[in-house]
Amino acid sequence: MDKVLGVKNLSKVYGPGCASCFELTGPEHDTNICPNCRSVVAAHDVSFDLYKGEILGIMGESGSGKSTAVKCLYFDHEPSSGRATFFDEGRQYDLFNLNAAQQRRLANHRFGMVYQNPHLGLNFDITAGGNIAERLLMSEVDNFSEIRGRATSLLSRTEVLPERMDELPKNFSGGMQQRVQIAKALVTNPPLLFLDEVTTGLDLSVQAAILDLIMEIQQEKDTAMIVVTHDLGVIRLLAGRTMVMKYGRVIESGLTDQILEDPQHAYTQRLVASAL
Amino acid sequence: MNEIPILRVEGYSKHFELHEQGKIIPSSCDVNLNVYSGRLTALIGPTGAGKSTVLKGIYRTYLSTSGRLLYRTVSGHEVDLAQADEHSILELRRTEIGFVTQFLHALPRQATEDVVAQPLFQKGMGRSEARDIAHKMLAAMNLPERLWGISPATFSGGEKQRVNLARGLVSHPRLLLLDEPTASLDPKTTERVVRLIEDLKNDGVAMLAIFLHPDLVERMADDVVELEPPLSIEKVLKEIA
Amino acid sequence: MSASYPFGFLNEYAKKEVRRSTLKAVAIPGYQVPYSSREMPMGRGFGTGGLQLTLSLLGKGETLKVIDQGSDDSVNAVNLRSFIEMTCEGINTTTKTDEADFIQSRHRIPETALREDQLIVLQVPYPDPLVVVEPSEDKRKILHGEADYSRLLVKLYEDIVKFDEITISHRYPTRINGHYVIDPSPIPRWDVPKLNQSKALILLGAGREKKIYAVPPYTKAEPLAFEDVPFRVENFSDENGQRRSCQRCGCTSSFLDEFVDSKTGKKVYQCSDSDWCDAQGSASVAEGRTPGATDEYPPTNIEQVVVANG
Repeated sequence: MDKVLGVKNLSKVYGPGCASCFELTGPEHDTNICPNCRSVVAAHDVSFDLYKGEILGIMGESGSGKSTAVKCLYFDHEPSSGRATFFDEGRQYDLFNLNAAQQRRLANHRFGMVYQNPHLGLNFDITAGGNIAERLLMSEVDNFSEIRGRATSLLSRTEVLPERMDELPKNFSGGMQQRVQIAKALVTNPPLLFLDEVTTGLDLSVQAAILDLIMEIQQEKDTAMIVVTHDLGVIRLLAGRTMVMKYGRVIESGLTDQILEDPQHAYTQRLVASAL
Repeated sequence: MNEIPILRVEGYSKHFELHEQGKIIPSSCDVNLNVYSGRLTALIGPTGAGKSTVLKGIYRTYLSTSGRLLYRTVSGHEVDLAQADEHSILELRRTEIGFVTQFLHALPRQATEDVVAQPLFQKGMGRSEARDIAHKMLAAMNLPERLWGISPATFSGGEKQRVNLARGLVSHPRLLLLDEPTASLDPKTTERVVRLIEDLKNDGVAMLAIFLHPDLVERMADDVVELEPPLSIEKVLKEIA
Repeated sequence: MSASYPFGFLNEYAKKEVRRSTLKAVAIPGYQVPYSSREMPMGRGFGTGGLQLTLSLLGKGETLKVIDQGSDDSVNAVNLRSFIEMTCEGINTTTKTDEADFIQSRHRIPETALREDQLIVLQVPYPDPLVVVEPSEDKRKILHGEADYSRLLVKLYEDIVKFDEITISHRYPTRINGHYVIDPSPIPRWDVPKLNQSKALILLGAGREKKIYAVPPYTKAEPLAFEDVPFRVENFSDENGQRRSCQRCGCTSSFLDEFVDSKTGKKVYQCSDSDWCDAQGSASVAEGRTPGATDEYPPTNIEQVVVANG
């Protein structure tokens, strides 16, 4: 099996940080705010491996650090410490030691990101097609017909009517905006996709259709994905393995069905019990 | 018996620790059994003896408390399913070990034919080819064709059970775990399922099964393993200590 | 005036700084070098950026030409020229492109091909082509640094989607030396190809925005476009596909301004570059051809400029 991503001891602290930050925060202290220096330990000591075609779920409540981890990997935030290695086409990239241009290049060409809030993933001043075109233009595709063709086929693939590709995203429903975001994320055929609460806030039937789409894409393209969510249903349906986070720490990880049916940590047991 | 078992369960025990309630719930206790290719091993015992727990332990839906679950892979390596890393387990589930439970978990809105073809999609088989095989399996299960294109969410218990079976059998695993596969089926469908299981057995599939009816055990089992009733909590605590 | 102000109006330190920034601009083709634009005795937006470059670089004995939209006689050109004449004792001025060592221009590059020994300074209102897609200068600097111009290209993409062609008429974003994209000042598309492998040094100065940048001689300058939707200059063909000619000199190869003749109400076309027009006129007279109908420039019967080129 091909490893796509290896993450070791990833930490992110907001604030000045002090020597006791990690000792005085975490699930056993019921806080992620250091009582000593008031820094927020958003994530600490997160480690995992991700393989080709695999979907890893990161589950937790808001403030658990699940989005922080993914945003560091997508270079939206700079981690405080830790290492992440991306394996791609026979090459290895030490993600946090790349310069900004190299990071942006990877994010544009080889990663895809779908945010909960479509305003983060889409430029609302340009058309749906233009949003997809932008990613291709970043990847140095400079043929207009080719860009048009690829945007059309991706939008049809994500069930957005190609007739609507020249409309602004603000004219679309929430579910449709997520589809455009997914099309935008996929247009460069990235081997690694980050999904941050992509179905949160959508109608149930729309959620199902989006999850369906994500599953199909994963099977078609063998894309490795990290799915961040607080929704156990999403985790159960999508993720093969799951990490549970609380107050910035991974408190438990394992096969998804094992996490849901035989949770070991008191917090996970409570989470699962309250959801089922 | 001089044949090498595909699975050896040695001293398997499992208890659940409920932190919130401060309780320890014992389940399987010191289970020993062998499963062979082309043979069906039936688990029997009273309710609460931990029969399903053994199956879930082998599938790693449950973590083991103690014991070894030694599985011989197609390449001849022996893997302890209780200890193997998660990716190895996922790979074995994809290619070698199948599980038919009493419950069906499927994507909402997903068509029945795709629910059944899912394990084949995951193996990388083309969509239409996988659906063809799924159709054959659904036909064999006697599930009306008009249901194939719609989601099983609204199906009756018996219909869901057949979808579940079809999905478990479609990928033709080397080791098949069956947890009351005929629980909510009518006699006619049960008969079809029994024949399908016989066919798989003749193809060399190894099976570990729980049947509700003693006559099914009588009819289908090559080996029978009886589980002891669970230990008292005090005894579990003493063992841990 | 000449007694109380130093040569070139600016003090030596100010001129030195402009020269240093200019050297840096030449060394990094297309990069916008910040400089401390000085207060000039005229409003910002009237060519103070170009003027500071000219005042800092022009030397005694050199010959200067100042044009505004191709004309030596329009108000902006006349005012700038007289200011420079007043503050730079010992320089010469001309209207002839051929004779100039140094050209300061607003919105045009002369039709006559420039030579290696010449230099042109363009006045720039908005130096950063990314300003239309990114309001934050910090972020624009990063985009420039990484040569990420995808958002500009998206603008072109949307233009083609909406209008079937790229509709930018002037300030056409142009990539210099394979990296930085510049706003080449409000020159028409017609003049953009002249930036490419130019024999003369091209300097661009933005007074209000405090930036100097350059297209050094023999440097690649490529207008942004798509492989299958190439960059095109203005088309001066009439309804019948015939190339329009200058009604004054008869030239069919120059950039034309469109006017409405107040007497006839008809549209008429004339060279935007007055020196070029004069030269064509005298050349055709010399050759015995009939020049265009009007001999003076600009024509006296103009009522309104229908299409300004900037």
